[in-house]
Amino acid sequence: MSEAPKVPAAPPADDESQGVSRRSFLHTAGCAAVAAALTGCGHLSTEEFLQRNFRELDKKELGEIIARLEKEYTAKFHKKVTVAATPPMPGVVFGYALDLSRCIGCRRCVYACVKENNQSRIPQIQWIRVLQMDKEEGVSLLHADPYYDPPLVPQEGHFYMPVQCHQCKNPPCVKVCPVKATWQEPDGITVVDYNWCIGCRYCMAACPYGARRFNWGEPHLPPEEINPVTEYLGNRPRPKGVVEKCTFCIQRTRKGRYPACVEICPTGSRKFGNLLDPGSEIRYVIENKRVFLFKEELNTQPKFFYFYGV
Amino acid sequence: MPRDEARRWGLSGGLRLVMAAALTLLAPALRAADPPGAAPVAGAKEAPGDVDSNQIQVPPPPFSEGIFPCTQCHDGKTVKLNTTRRKLVDMHDDIVLNHGPNRWCLDCHSAEHRDQLHLVDGELIDFSKSYLLCGQCHGDKLRDWKVGVHGKRTGYWNGQKQYLLCVNCHNPHSPHFKPLKPLPPPVPPDQIMAPEGGAP
Ligand code: SF4
Ligand code: SF4
Repeated sequence: MSEAPKVPAAPPADDESQGVSRRSFLHTAGCAAVAAALTGCGHLSTEEFLQRNFRELDKKELGEIIARLEKEYTAKFHKKVTVAATPPMPGVVFGYALDLSRCIGCRRCVYACVKENNQSRIPQIQWIRVLQMDKEEGVSLLHADPYYDPPLVPQEGHFYMPVQCHQCKNPPCVKVCPVKATWQEPDGITVVDYNWCIGCRYCMAACPYGARRFNWGEPHLPPEEINPVTEYLGNRPRPKGVVEKCTFCIQRTRKGRYPACVEICPTGSRKFGNLLDPGSEIRYVIENKRVFLFKEELNTQPKFFYFYGV
Repeated sequence: MPRDEARRWGLSGGLRLVMAAALTLLAPALRAADPPGAAPVAGAKEAPGDVDSNQIQVPPPPFSEGIFPCTQCHDGKTVKLNTTRRKLVDMHDDIVLNHGPNRWCLDCHSAEHRDQLHLVDGELIDFSKSYLLCGQCHGDKLRDWKVGVHGKRTGYWNGQKQYLLCVNCHNPHSPHFKPLKPLPPPVPPDQIMAPEGGAP
């Protein structure tokens, strides 16, 4: 759909002339009409339609886009919404570990994530899925139930396995994206440029962990519930028709904070830190505990580890 | 600490466990990339047996309002010292001791220094250091807790962190982690337009 005008080899970030000429050409051709015709979305603004891939933007363009988004969100949610593009920290690759011997399946993490990351309430989108499994069967997707709802957890004979994006080092989702709208950042977080995603959902088919979610409908997020501190590649409000997923709370972790799911978990099952730091708790877990990788045989090389703390 | 605070930490108002107020603990060094503003706070005291270097502020431990110091009553006059192992009546009778066989109060609480706890060797410790007491039997947990792997940390993965004490999650008199009501399950795909918890 919107591929046609994006195809000409993207100009280097500082090549104004080419950008301008394309811009003026489209203006002459009646840009809005062309945009509407090509994308099938009448409400895309000229700027939005002409925006390039996040990784090709220069400082000035990025600044303009962020200003535009902040204005749009602030008007929509009736409160000041900020959009940052915090760069990755040098010398940091994030890792996550979840203690299967402690998780009780209370789903506090699911809802803390929804709130922190501005997931749509209706239609419901949740990045974390907690699977109830049989102790007798071990980790088996044939015996996994995400819809368990007893009065109290944990239930006798069961254990609980929350699943979210594993931030694979070898991510199949990135490989299949036909427009490079999703990629892995230097700190190991796989992100989505929601303004570039065309909604083909190839990545969802490719992800072996079911970690990606699609905005089938217009996301509904009550203004009083929005988290106004957002990141371009993270928790900013998403439009209909794009894919989203866990980013290890990029808007928090790139500023040194723990992800929201780590902080809410009442059992302390969730561990997070810098894999490159030998003194980090995540390294302690990997070096001293029984650790396993989910679907290790697929060679996705997750940076999300399950372990047994006891 | 106000009562609702005590409740928030999951211990009943009737629980007569008394803890010292805000404390400062220690944890292992782990700074690879300290961002500005996340520098560890200086000035915390180290206790023998602790890991050094990064100071960690602990949220106030759970207590019942007005219960501490214990010497308000246990001053040797109002309540006379009685070291006989017995079932308590009148006071503290709401405490259910369900923590290993044959325990009783003075195994952990000091008889002579009521506002403190004591280790098996008789060493007195403040309530703020109760993890040392727990660690006498649960040494593996204490070791993991010190490095931030048992228990919960909040704050900065590359800077200042907050810890919970053992007793913030485990009632020391009945330490098994209490079951919780789970939050609602996800909406099944066929009801995806419905609010959480299924069709209205
Ligand atoms: S909040 Fe913690 S204990 Fe509860 S489901 Fe999530 S990981 Fe498990
Ligand atoms: S878990 Fe799925 S979405 Fe996340 S990086 Fe791996 S393949 Fe991609």
